[in-house]
Amino acid sequence: MNDDQNNNSTHDSTRNNGPDMTETMNEEAPKTISEAEFYRKSRRSFLVGGVTAAATAFGYRGLLNQEAAPGDNIPTTLRSGLEWNEDVWSRLFREGHTAPTYSPSQSSVLRVNGRHGIRSDIDLDAWELQVQGPDGEVWGTHQLSDIQALDRHEMIIEHKCVEGWSQITTWAGARFSDFADLYSDQGAADHKFVSFVTPDEDYFVGFDMPSALHEQTLLAYDMHGGPLDLDHGAPLRLATPLKYGIKHIKRIGSIQFTNEQPADFWASRGYSWYAGL
Amino acid sequence: MTTDMATDQASDLDRDSGSSAPSGDDTGFDQSAERRAVLKHRRGSRWAHWINFPLLTIMIYSGLRIYWADLRNPVGVGVGEWHLFDLFPDSVNEALGLERKLARGLAFHLTFGWLFAINGLAYTIYTLVTREWKQLKPGKGALKDSIGVILHDLHLRKEEPAHEGNYNAAQRITYSLIIFFGLVALLTGFAIYKPTQLSLLTNSLGGYEVARKIHFFVTIGFMAFFVIHILQVARAGFGNFWSMVTGYQLEPKKPESRSEKGQNK
Repeated sequence: MNDDQNNNSTHDSTRNNGPDMTETMNEEAPKTISEAEFYRKSRRSFLVGGVTAAATAFGYRGLLNQEAAPGDNIPTTLRSGLEWNEDVWSRLFREGHTAPTYSPSQSSVLRVNGRHGIRSDIDLDAWELQVQGPDGEVWGTHQLSDIQALDRHEMIIEHKCVEGWSQITTWAGARFSDFADLYSDQGAADHKFVSFVTPDEDYFVGFDMPSALHEQTLLAYDMHGGPLDLDHGAPLRLATPLKYGIKHIKRIGSIQFTNEQPADFWASRGYSWYAGL
Repeated sequence: MTTDMATDQASDLDRDSGSSAPSGDDTGFDQSAERRAVLKHRRGSRWAHWINFPLLTIMIYSGLRIYWADLRNPVGVGVGEWHLFDLFPDSVNEALGLERKLARGLAFHLTFGWLFAINGLAYTIYTLVTREWKQLKPGKGALKDSIGVILHDLHLRKEEPAHEGNYNAAQRITYSLIIFFGLVALLTGFAIYKPTQLSLLTNSLGGYEVARKIHFFVTIGFMAFFVIHILQVARAGFGNFWSMVTGYQLEPKKPESRSEKGQNK
C-alpha cells in the first residue's frame, strides 16, 4: 500500500499535464518500476491471484455439489439464476408484441418429439375438457365443438425446442383469451396462473397469465392444414411462439385457473418454469 | 544516483522510473545495478482477462451441453452433404461428459451469461475510458504485416516482426477480433435466447437458425483462439505470462545499456 502512495505523490507532475482520464489512470501505474518493486508486486500478485483462484475453485465446487431443492433437479443457486431471468423477461413482456409469422410454403408437419401424457389409450369421442377454479372446484366441461365454436385463428410460426431445433409449422384453433372469456363471470383472467394437465395426469404445464392471454397462444385443434393426429396431441393442445415446445402440452384434459404457481413437468426436472422465448 | 535520475527524466518513457527511486531507497537497493520492469497490462485489463477466463470456459462447456441435446442435425466438417466428421465426434462428447445434461447446461449458460456480459461490458468501457483500445487497434497494413508475423512464428522467416507497444500486427488483429467475437456471441446469444421478445434483433441477424449457427461458429472461434493463445504464451515464456498477473515484465539483462549508464557516471 505504501508503494502506491509513493507513486501517487511523485506523479503530481504527470497530473499537471492534463486532467483527462488517461493521465489519472496512468498515475496509478508507473510505466517502469525497479526490480525490487517488481518482486514485491510479484509476491503480492501471487498471493492475491492464488487466493482468488482458490476461492473461485472452491465456490465452483460448492456450486456443483449443492443439493437441489426438493422437487427440483438443479442446484439452488442455478435455480435462482433461472428465476432471476424469469423475473427480468416477464417484466419486459409486452402485451401487443407478436412473434414473427411465416408463409405457408415454409410450413411443414412438426417433428414428433415427446409422448409424455399421450401414451395411454384415448376414446376421442368420449374426450371432455374440464375447467377448474383455484380450489379445484369444477367450473365447467367442454366438448371439442365448444372450442371450435370460438373464433378460429391460424398462425404460421417457428416452433422452438429447448434441445435447439426449430421448425416452421401452421397452427389453427381458438385463442386461449377467448376461451377464458367464457369464464369472465368467475374472473378467470384475473388469476395469476393457468395449469394444463393431460387426462392421465402424466404431463402438466404451468403458464403465467400474460403469456396465456397473448393473442398468439392458441388452443389448437388443427396443424399444417389438417386436424391434429394423436401423436401431435389430438384432440386439443397448446401452441404459442411465446414458449418453448415443452410448454405446448398435447391432449389437454383439464385447465385450472389459480393464483399459485402450478407444477410443471420439465421445470421439476431442472428446466426454467417460465421457458419463455 | 542523481545523474542516473537526470538521464531518466530525459525521455518520456523513463520519467516514471523516478517514482520508483524512493521505494528503491526504502529497501536500500542500488538503483544503478537494477534491471527495470516495464508496465505491460494495466489492472483493469488484467482483472477483466482473468475473470473472463473461467466465465468463458463455463459458457463454452455449458453451451456444448446444450448443443449436444440435438445431434440429429449436427454441424459437420466436410464438403456439401459429405461430412468428414460431425461436431463433435462421439469420443469428444463422451470425454467432455456432455450427454444428457441439457437442463444443467441451460441453467449454467443462462446464469453465467450475465456475468460474462457484465465483465465484457466493463472491459469495453474501461478500455474506451483509458484509451487502451489504441494498444489493440490494428494499424495500416496490419493484415500484410501479420502474414510476416505468422511466417516468423512458423520459423519460415527470420526477420523479427515489428511491434508498436505490446503487440505486433497479428496480435492486434487477433485480440481485436476476439473482442468482436465476444460482442457477436452476446448478440447472437440474446437473439436465440429470446427470439420472440427480441424478434427485431433475431431478424436483423438473419433469423433464429442463422443466429444459432453464428453463435456456434463464434464458439469454435473461441476454442481455436484458446489453443493458439496458449501455444503462443507458452512460447513467449514465463515473464510474459506473469506480466498478465503482476502487470509488469522484467526487462532482460542488457550488458550494453549498463555500460551506457557507466559512461554517464
